[in-house]
Amino acid sequence: MLDSFLFYFFAGVAVLSAALMVTRRNVIHCAVFLITTLLATAGIFLQLRAEFLFVTQIILYVGGIMVLFIFVIMLVRLDAPIHQLRFRLQKFVAFLVTLVLGLEVAGILFLARKLPGDGLFITGSASPEKLPPNSEELARSLFSTYLLPFEIASVLLLVAMVGAVVMAKNRKRSDPS
Amino acid sequence: MMSPAHYLFLSLALFLIGCIGVVTRRNVIVVLMSIELILNAVNINLVLFSRIFGDVAGQVFALFIIADAAAEAAVGLGIIIAFFRNRETVLADEMDLLKW
Repeated sequence: MLDSFLFYFFAGVAVLSAALMVTRRNVIHCAVFLITTLLATAGIFLQLRAEFLFVTQIILYVGGIMVLFIFVIMLVRLDAPIHQLRFRLQKFVAFLVTLVLGLEVAGILFLARKLPGDGLFITGSASPEKLPPNSEELARSLFSTYLLPFEIASVLLLVAMVGAVVMAKNRKRSDPS
Repeated sequence: MMSPAHYLFLSLALFLIGCIGVVTRRNVIVVLMSIELILNAVNINLVLFSRIFGDVAGQVFALFIIADAAAEAAVGLGIIIAFFRNRETVLADEMDLLKW
């Protein structure tokens, strides 16, 4: 009972604020609604007993990435005159394509039980007797089985950091001329 | 926990909303935020199946996706700042330097 209440609460908040995010005009409002969505998703993670991801989601996404977004929104002037849409059919075509994609995936999920064999395991309830993965197991797996991807991810972050600094650097001022 | 289909449909809804945002919005910053939303929807699936099968590999992959999203956001926002310095705009319609 509590489980289903928590799920519907977090899912409702996530979907509602995601919908508001893509429709609001003001970019700061978009950022705030995205933060709400990410927090609700963190709640879903906690409900799925992924404590470490819950904490990581809040610290890294909400505390790191979204602050970066808001900094850039503040740095960039956004009150430029809004011209008319050049391609008027764009919204219609976009909704059509997204609707087709959604129907496709939803159809697959609905038909999943009829697949040969046991079908995709999505409609039955998950077995709660299985040991829930905790942070300790996650760390053990990350530093033994997935050690090489972990190191590669650190290199990727280093490269991204250097790349972001190089991109955002003011080149005109550093020119000797 | 709820049945896995609930989580799958939640993830699908977030993914589709993110797709709509990517395709319809003209502000590049909002497009980047929609991409973050899509990556987040994928994470829900990974964590869900990690929970169902009792295997932490899904959570490890979700961690890698979060790291990747951070890198992508940093580089993307750096590109936006550099572009804004050159062209004074962040609207996708105005980004036509490569248009002949």
